[in-house]
This record gives sequence, structure tokens and C-alpha cells, in this order.
Amino acid sequence: MSVKENILSKPTLETGADEDQLLRVSLGPQHPSTHGVFRMNVMLDGETVVSLKPVFGYLHRNHEKIAENIPYLSSMPYTDRLDYLCPLSNNLAYALSVEKLAGIEVPERAEYIRIITSELTRVMNHTVFMGFFLGDLGAWGSALMYAFREREKLFDLIEELTGARMMTNYMRFGGCRNDLPVGWIEKTKAFVDGYDSFLDEMESLTLGNEILLARTQNIGQVSQELMINAGITGPMLRASGVPYDIRKVDSYGIYDRFDFKIPYGEKGDCYDRMMIRFLEMRESIKILKQAISDIPEGDYVNPKIKSSKFKAKPGEAYGRVEGPKGELGFHLISDGGPNPYRYHVRPPSFVNLTLIEDMCLGLDLADVVVILGSVDIVLGEVDR
Amino acid sequence: MSIIVEEIAKQIGKELPHLEAGLTYFENPSPSEQHSILVESDNLVEVMTYLRDTSGLEFDFLSNVSGVDWPEGEVAEKITIEKSEGESEEGAEDKEQEEKKPAGGFLEVVYHLYSMARKEGPLVLRARTKDRGVNNAVASVTPVYRSAEFQEREAFDLFGIDFTGHPDLRRILMWDEFEDSPMRKDYVNPDDYEYEPTPHADTLKRAEAHYPQSEAEQVESKDEQAESTD
Repeated sequence: MSVKENILSKPTLETGADEDQLLRVSLGPQHPSTHGVFRMNVMLDGETVVSLKPVFGYLHRNHEKIAENIPYLSSMPYTDRLDYLCPLSNNLAYALSVEKLAGIEVPERAEYIRIITSELTRVMNHTVFMGFFLGDLGAWGSALMYAFREREKLFDLIEELTGARMMTNYMRFGGCRNDLPVGWIEKTKAFVDGYDSFLDEMESLTLGNEILLARTQNIGQVSQELMINAGITGPMLRASGVPYDIRKVDSYGIYDRFDFKIPYGEKGDCYDRMMIRFLEMRESIKILKQAISDIPEGDYVNPKIKSSKFKAKPGEAYGRVEGPKGELGFHLISDGGPNPYRYHVRPPSFVNLTLIEDMCLGLDLADVVVILGSVDIVLGEVDR
Repeated sequence: MSIIVEEIAKQIGKELPHLEAGLTYFENPSPSEQHSILVESDNLVEVMTYLRDTSGLEFDFLSNVSGVDWPEGEVAEKITIEKSEGESEEGAEDKEQEEKKPAGGFLEVVYHLYSMARKEGPLVLRARTKDRGVNNAVASVTPVYRSAEFQEREAFDLFGIDFTGHPDLRRILMWDEFEDSPMRKDYVNPDDYEYEPTPHADTLKRAEAHYPQSEAEQVESKDEQAESTD
């Protein structure tokens, strides 16, 4: 077997301890640091992790089967519930895939609205990530409340736009459900302009903290090659030094019109993963400022498309977006009927967990919690 | 951005001539224009390794693995239902009943490959099982791409596709004791999702033998049991 294949094989750790000296700890499913109902069976030699087996499925509801038995549009509200921290990007990913399947064009204004909403979602996700991540490190409460304060402002904007705080059901095939309310752009502009000062505040509160540095630096590193091979995407991948962002690579929608950079890290440890999210928020704010000043008048939805009695010609399509957590893809197969023949979600959180064992082996149990926090999972998406 | 799938299929056939017979090019009529290559299951690992390691292709990122169920037609099967214990022996006879079961068809695995090095994709590959029954195996690509590990386990769990060569093939989303493939088209939803036989239920049954009940009470207790299991 070649050397390359050895790097990619599943890891094992020999500590020389007898089997009866090992301690089996079941982390989760009911534990605040597991971000929902996620369980890890950990074998410990003293404090050192010898093996780690993730257990999924506590939130499984067979989302895909439900979607195959209902019309295309009816699945839109279900996508909100995949990654319930960023429903608007999920809506966008599904709408984009259906548009690919059926070859639907999207009017200019709708493209701008989509960019604005999905970047707001990214800001929202990364802000909340900071709160939860610091909570995992032991700074429980304060950091999360700062993050939730900002998210509440965002929820107000999203509620005004879509009618719901979290379960938005906003995108339609060929556009969006409704136009921007009067005065919404001004409110969003005020929010976006004030956001840099919040980021400054958050950064000054966290980044120099000695405990934070000690607990995140040089923790959870994996080689770049293995990261790519294991299909890790999003901030996790970029923290390891691979500047791969689907917004740039596919330039779906109108992302090629905006001026923004792809931040990427060097070491790929938990600290880099946290930093990447700070930097990404700054870039999102840049995109938002450009989109808000450029948004044109016009249709918010393609008037030729009838979403409610939608049918696609036979064929298949795979559409993907750069969600806040990584590549969110939908694989759709149509047999010409009103329901999709096959509807498959490629959730970023689920695939990003592939390397959880590789990252944790040989570290302390306390580091497992930090590493899981840095992956940033939402169980609604992992278990579907 | 776009890649020409037909040419890649030709290139694989040229470079690996012993696999050429096992490659089929599939046109996708949808406007997405994501055409695909059907690869024989036995050649899958070799083809994937070639796609990953050849310079000029460098498909280093397996993004998505999804299972698809393609049943074909239905056959009526005669099933004998044995007389149940409760019925009086004279009146009850073995009943024959027709049940429709899908026959033929196959299970399919669809792979979406991207190249991070060259920022291109997707290249769609597909592999098929021989049928939906016993011959439900497809070669696992986990030794080539680690990203397939959980996704193949998901397809195994929900479709019952047996991935030969997978290092850790277990159920992932359903619980370990579950026995069916819920994403298959012919899966029948159970009437009661929550019902699980417990040791307690057996004990109650045995206890009944010690305390014979009158007929009226039996009817009552049966109703109660039906309610409690609902």
C-alpha cells in the first residue's frame, strides 16, 4: 500500500494500557457542550483519548423521505429546520438546486436580496458561534449574551422581511416570496454600519485572553491533504490553509460582482478556526455594504414561474452554496412528476464530523469539547 | 467551470483500457447539464483513484454520495396466512392472499466529485447494484476518499446498499436494531412507530395464565391493552 493511502486510513492510538485500565465515557447526548443531541463514545487512558466513536440519529426524522412525498415547494419550509441557525441559506441552496434542475432565471433584484439575506445569515451564524464556542471554553453566559443581543437585532430585521424569526420559508423558485418592506434597507444599512464596532468589542474581549489562547492553540490540527480528502468544507477547511470558497469558485448568483477576500489560516488549529470566522464576518459586512448600495428596482421573483404547481422535466441536478458551516448541497432527481423522485441533502455539519476522531486522538477529554465546538455543528442538519 | 464529462470518460477508457467496457456515458436531459459516467462496481475504486491522482484531472474532493432506489415493475406474490390461534379450529383455514412486491430494478449510488486544485466540477459518477435483493453490493470508495465514510454508512442505513470494503459499516441514523431500509420506494410505514416489545409485555402475558378472567373482563383488558400500545 502506498504512503498516501496510509495517511488517509482510519487512525488508531496505542498507549500500551491494558484494556481494563481504559475508561469508557459517554459524552452526550444530553450535555450543553454537545450542541444538541450528539453523543460521543470516548475511551480514555487516564485523561488521554484513545478512541472516539460518534453516535448520530437522535434527531433523525427522514427529511428526505418526507420531501419525496410532497411537491417541490412544500419542502421549502422543511429546509428551514435543517440548520435552524441559518434558515435563509438553506432556503437559497434548495431554491438554487431546483432552478438548476429546471433552468429558471432569477431577476436582478431577487439576486441582490438573496445575497443580502445569505450574508446576514452568515454574520448571524458566526456571531452565535462565538458565543457558543466561548461557552464551551468555560466562559458560559456573558459571551453568549453579547452574541444573542446582536442576533436579536438580526432577528428583528429577518422577522420584518419574512414574517418569522427563524423559520423563514422565504426563497421561491426564481426569486423570493415577497419584496423588501418599506424602510427595510435603511434599517439594515444602519445595522451593518454599526456591526464593525461590535466585532471590535468582541475581538478585544476574546482574542488576547490567555486562557483562550492556551486552550485553543495547537489543538485539533489535521493535515491539509486529509482535510480535503475527508470533504471538510467551510471555515474548517479554510483555517487549514485551503482558500476554497464556493462563493468564489462557483460564483453562484451574482457573487462575482462583489469585492471580497477569502480569509484562510495557517495552522488549522481551533484558534485559527475561530479567527477565520471573525475575518469572514468582516468580509460579509463588506459584501453587505456593496449590495445595499447597489440594489436595483425591479421584480423580486420571476413572474413566469408558478411555484405552487411546479414540475420539472426528467433529469437530475446537484446545486450547492457556501453555507456558513460549509458546502450545503441538494441533489435532486426528477421523473417529471409534481414531487421530486429523489431529494438528497449534503449537509456540511454531517460531513465535517468525519475527522472528529482524527482530531481528538491523543488529546485530553477537555479538548474534545473545544474541538467539537470549533467544528460548529447543528444537529438538525446532521441527523435530518 | 464546466467540464466535458464525455471526454473524461474517453480519457479513462484510453488510459485504463481494461476498464473501458465497464464505462457508460449518461446524458442528463435537464438544463443543469450535469452528465454522468456509469462505472461498473468492481472498477469503482480503480477509477476513483485514477481521477484523484492523475495530474490534469485531480478530482481530490468527493463532495456528495447519495443512494437512489430504482424499482422496476411489480409482481403479485401469493402469501399464505396461517390461521391465528384465537379462531376456533373448525372455521379457520389457511388463507391465501395476493401481495404486490416490486421486482427487478436496482439500487444506485451517485457520487459528485470536485477538483479543489483546479476549482472545477462537478463530475458525476454512478454505480449500480445487480438487484435490490441479495446482490445489493457496491464497492466502497472510503479507502480513496475519507469523505465517503459517513455518507456510505447513511446509504447503507437508509437504502440497504452493502458497501464492500468499508472499514466500519454500521447503521448511522437509525438505531442498530432497526431492520429495514426506510428510503426505499416500497418501504411501508409501520402503524405504530413507538411500539417496541418489552420484557414487561411478556411478563403480563404469562401472568394472565395464572389469573383466568371471565370473557367480559378479557374483552375489557384487550381494549385497554390496545389503548396502551397506541
